[in-house]
Amino acid sequence: MSAEPSRAFHPSSYLHGGYTLASWLTTRDHKRIALLYMISITGFFFLGGAAASIIRLELLTPNGDLVDAQTYNELFTAHGVIMVWFFLIPSIPATLGNFLIPLMIGAREVAFPRLNLASWYIYTLGGIFVLITLLAGGVDTGWTFYTPFSTLFSRSNVVLAVCGVFIVGFSSILTGLNFIVTVHRLRAPGMTWFKLPLFVWANYATSAILVLATPILAMTLLLIAFERITHIGIFDPALGGDPLLFQHLFWFYSHPAVYIMVLPAMGVASEIIPCFARKPVFGYRTMAYAILGIAMIGFLVWGHHMFVSGQSMYASVVFSLLSFLVAIPSAIKVFNWTATLYKGSISFSSPMLYALGFVGLFTIGGLTGLFLAATALDVHLTDTYFVIAHFHYIMVGGTVMAYLGGLHFWWPKIVGRSYPETWARIAAVTIFVGFNLTFFPQYLLGVLGMPRRYHTYAPEYQLLNEFSSTGAGILAVGYLLPLAYLIWAMLRGKHAEANPWGATGLEWQTPSPPPQENFEEIPTDVPEPYAYRAVES
Amino acid sequence: MRESVAHFGSVTQAREAARLGVWVFLATELMFFGPLFFGYAWGRLKLGAGFAAASGHTDIMIGTTNTAVLLTSSLFMALAVRAIEIGKRRAATRCLWITAALGASFLGLKAFEYLKEWHEQLIPWLDFRFEPPALRNGAALFYFLYFGMTGLHALHLTIGIGIVCTFARRLRSHSPAAMRAQLEGAALYWHFVDAIWVVLFPLIYLVERHG
Repeated sequence: MSAEPSRAFHPSSYLHGGYTLASWLTTRDHKRIALLYMISITGFFFLGGAAASIIRLELLTPNGDLVDAQTYNELFTAHGVIMVWFFLIPSIPATLGNFLIPLMIGAREVAFPRLNLASWYIYTLGGIFVLITLLAGGVDTGWTFYTPFSTLFSRSNVVLAVCGVFIVGFSSILTGLNFIVTVHRLRAPGMTWFKLPLFVWANYATSAILVLATPILAMTLLLIAFERITHIGIFDPALGGDPLLFQHLFWFYSHPAVYIMVLPAMGVASEIIPCFARKPVFGYRTMAYAILGIAMIGFLVWGHHMFVSGQSMYASVVFSLLSFLVAIPSAIKVFNWTATLYKGSISFSSPMLYALGFVGLFTIGGLTGLFLAATALDVHLTDTYFVIAHFHYIMVGGTVMAYLGGLHFWWPKIVGRSYPETWARIAAVTIFVGFNLTFFPQYLLGVLGMPRRYHTYAPEYQLLNEFSSTGAGILAVGYLLPLAYLIWAMLRGKHAEANPWGATGLEWQTPSPPPQENFEEIPTDVPEPYAYRAVES
Repeated sequence: MRESVAHFGSVTQAREAARLGVWVFLATELMFFGPLFFGYAWGRLKLGAGFAAASGHTDIMIGTTNTAVLLTSSLFMALAVRAIEIGKRRAATRCLWITAALGASFLGLKAFEYLKEWHEQLIPWLDFRFEPPALRNGAALFYFLYFGMTGLHALHLTIGIGIVCTFARRLRSHSPAAMRAQLEGAALYWHFVDAIWVVLFPLIYLVERHG
């Protein structure tokens, strides 16, 4: 018995399938697990953000007047470890991906729901280790855990921190495994590969990286912990080992990790931009191939982190060339988003503001990446604030911007209520301005030669650092705004329609919030992706 | 996976999902061994003489016997899957018990080998001795990787034995048809652990033992 197709309110919404804490903690509903993830990563985001705030406060003046060198080292390590592994890596895949992939492909669940819940518990366990590390006094190696400092010299809690990251890696692996099988095996009848939304393509490619790269990091971290405890291992030069071996293994994971962060962000932008330009995405197939291209080439460029490390010069030349090569599919994506906007009926709703911000900031971050891929320039820029600015443009300007854009775009779907649009626009602009004010001066500081990871600096760098710290303050306000009004919207917002944006995609064909089983009936009539038509004027 | 079959359209779909899941899991597992293989390749290139000398101290008799034991266990695993397919429950159970027993004998022999190496002071973090001293670093690295790789392999095998025993017992109460998908997954895993050993065997025992 299927009810008549009323789209207004659905009594069996996933939010109403049990109100107790236990019903949430034992849920196997991918939508609820997505929310569990969302709560956890938001907590870690603001924890990592707090560390960043103290860092920026310290850097207001050239002298170390707020924290000492050791505390400063622990602060930027905590910031890096938390933001990379406990926010950015799970951010879009584990929340929006978890919520949307089954909906977008017309499935009732992910392939392995219990594994999905297990992955959140593993994440939480890893998070507990990191919190214990912080309470026990922190760790001072930087998020990169470089040997021999981490194995022989550091007197902080390296083993505890490494355990936390080791554990959280398995949650990534299980999420990736689940998504791969889900996309392969659970697509609705008629949902062919080239009808998949680009968000699904992006998360699929990301999952492949998660599954293939994360175990390398896991084993490398085990070797670090073992070497630190027993003083035997493959990284200690005194025993015939080689610290460069560590760097190779670490970056073999950690460079693809950047694509783990940014590919899903590209997926989000590819959903939002066509919707608010009312045009099909330009070059759908090339977009899909570009995603796969980035994921594949991304595995072959890790050596560009090691140009000054003493690796073979010839290796550096090859890594440099490959790094330039990965810019091509990235550029294809930027050009295609731009071409999607061309002659579109563009409306500047808040998700669109975030998405456009993403494209601009990603472009700057990507282009400055080419500076660093050039071996000669890299010698000058290595370990300066230029590198910091570059990867923050990708990770914060890119990923966080797109994550927020996605949250706004799908928030009516997720909670079934709409948020105050004016506030959302104010927040988007505040974040964009705050972000650029924070990080653009850091490019200049890097070119001028200011090294990263010091709590003091030469007085001539002060003005630009003051700009940066002021920007960080604005950015902090920008991030607190959505926290406030999105929570408000969840409790008090107006009820949202099933498809408030007039968007294509199967997730919009089911009520907001979706019923527990996602669809009353599995959709069989799958439209072409992004079948938008221009608004009649 | 019992309760969660509901969201699949059919039993076939559930089975195919499970099989793909195991394959993806094995890809992850292979990468997990990766840094050790990479470290080995690096050490063999840089400290080749030490690796060759250290490899000479390994017990090729035990190594070869173990290879035969493990390959045979894989044969019985394959037979168990075949028996399930044609619905022969008792034959399948018997094959599974033999598989587990062969796996356990592998572990027994391996433990004996470890004990021998302990007596010969070849454990790098426990009072390591190696002559001549010039080759000591290379040999220490070799034995570090040896214990790392074979230890990790043994851990996988132990888990595999646990799974096989569970299935052998469960076959008494469950119908072979219902267990076919799960057993196929377990068999993939078992063959994977076997294949890892087939790579480890030459890396450990056959260095410089040709000619």
